[in-house]
Amino acid sequence: MNWIRERIVLLLGIAVLVYTFVPIFVVVLMSFNDPASRLVYRFDGFTLHNWLNPCEDPSMCEALARSVEIGLLATLVSTVLGSLAAFALVRHDFVGRSSMNLLIFLPMATPEIVMGSSLLALFVAAGFAGQLGFWTILIAHIMFCLSFVVVTVRARLAGMSDTLEQAAMDLYATPQQTFWKVTFPLVFPGILGAALLSFSLSFDDFIVTNLNAGTTTTFPMYVWGVAQRGVPMQVNVIGTVMFVISIAIVLGGELRNRRRQAALA
Amino acid sequence: MSETVRRKGRTGYLLLLPGVVWLSLFFVIPFYSLVATSLYNADGSVFRGYEMSWAFGNYTNAIQEYWGPLVRSLVYGGIATLICLVLGYVLAYAIAFKSGRWKNLMLVLVIAPFFTSFLVRTLSWKLILADDGFIVNTLQALQLLGDDGRLLATPIAVVAGLTYNFLPFMVLPLYASIDKIDHRLIEASSDLYANPIVGFFKVTWPLSLPGVISGTLLTFIPASGDYINAQLLGSPNERMVGNVIQDLFTDAGDYPAAGALSMIMMILIVVMVLFYIRRSGTEDLL
Repeated sequence: MNWIRERIVLLLGIAVLVYTFVPIFVVVLMSFNDPASRLVYRFDGFTLHNWLNPCEDPSMCEALARSVEIGLLATLVSTVLGSLAAFALVRHDFVGRSSMNLLIFLPMATPEIVMGSSLLALFVAAGFAGQLGFWTILIAHIMFCLSFVVVTVRARLAGMSDTLEQAAMDLYATPQQTFWKVTFPLVFPGILGAALLSFSLSFDDFIVTNLNAGTTTTFPMYVWGVAQRGVPMQVNVIGTVMFVISIAIVLGGELRNRRRQAALA
Repeated sequence: MSETVRRKGRTGYLLLLPGVVWLSLFFVIPFYSLVATSLYNADGSVFRGYEMSWAFGNYTNAIQEYWGPLVRSLVYGGIATLICLVLGYVLAYAIAFKSGRWKNLMLVLVIAPFFTSFLVRTLSWKLILADDGFIVNTLQALQLLGDDGRLLATPIAVVAGLTYNFLPFMVLPLYASIDKIDHRLIEASSDLYANPIVGFFKVTWPLSLPGVISGTLLTFIPASGDYINAQLLGSPNERMVGNVIQDLFTDAGDYPAAGALSMIMMILIVVMVLFYIRRSGTEDLL
């Protein structure tokens, strides 16, 4: 009884964690489902069919490929632009710092539906109503990923003192050498984290995308569409694969950290 | 730690320029377009074009017509935020103070489930809450739910979905705040004969307020603007303001009404956020 009393908070915390994993368990289970009918969403029997034929519905894989393509491009552009801005915010002096902070904070505090509809209002007013599609989605994704990149890279930079860089300069490194040999490697984990965050934000976005996509379909939009008329179980295969990949990335990073700390100790 | 010297000169502006241009073009200017759209003459259409007529009537019409979904969004978002606060506080407190060497692993596990597609996750709630599912059967066996009672297509399902989907937005800021608390203060309170509950409300809770405030804002804003949960887990009776805006834009093509409703949503949120920050006395949120 005492054992439980001492650990009650931890046990409750673990219970909350378990709760967050329940839907993931369902996604994995359903990826092996052999549905009796497309219209009834429940587990009917075990099969490997979904895993062996992931692209049974070619439109799903097309949507998936489009999401990956948009995600990669949006990540590339937003990570570069956001990291540059983060360097400016931490390392450089300029007029208008507080309005700059506000400009970066606001997109994160605006509901997606408002952000999406205002962008659509702009595209329509500018006469692009007929050209909604790949490029308008990409523009939107870069826009909402930018703030998250700035915040992530800025946190990394702000927690870093510049003594190592001063040491490099004292040892006659040129500013370029100092940047590429000292500063960049130190900031890189922050930039990588920002890139991963951008990709998952872009890949998963539905609300902003749906308003600005025209007839183009991304993976979340595909899921939205089939949710009304019967979900192919392959959707759960994709969900499982995404989960496994992200767990592998995060745990891999954590393992490397532990090993490095062990090596330093 | 030595204070980093901020360099003066042109480089800072050059580094900022591309990001600022992008955000101005695709975040600030669109806002202006949204305001303009919300004041267009409601008789136009996307293809015939709209006339700018300062039609403030769009706003009163939108409020009259969509009063229900507006209130529902705030209520559902508010309840989900409260439940997230309770669950999130327990989890964040456990990670910060009780997890020992498993701290990093538990933090990773907090975000891990949320890397799976939002829509796929929400669909699996549809299965969990289904009419012949485990939860509904158990609740019926316990007489907590009538024999023909259901969870899907009720406000409960929508709030449950919102709570689940936005929980990490609550846990992470709470954790950041609780983790910073000096444990000696809590020990001091128990040395001074405060029981754990009094100690919690007099020491831990006040010190974690910054996390509570940013966590509740980060949860409430996306939850009240969401329409995926209402669409997939609810019925037309649970329509939130997001569903209405989406339909007005894409199906009905009524841009002025949709614009006005978006603006109302934004204004409501800004007012609530300002009021909330004033009341709780933290103005260094940025």
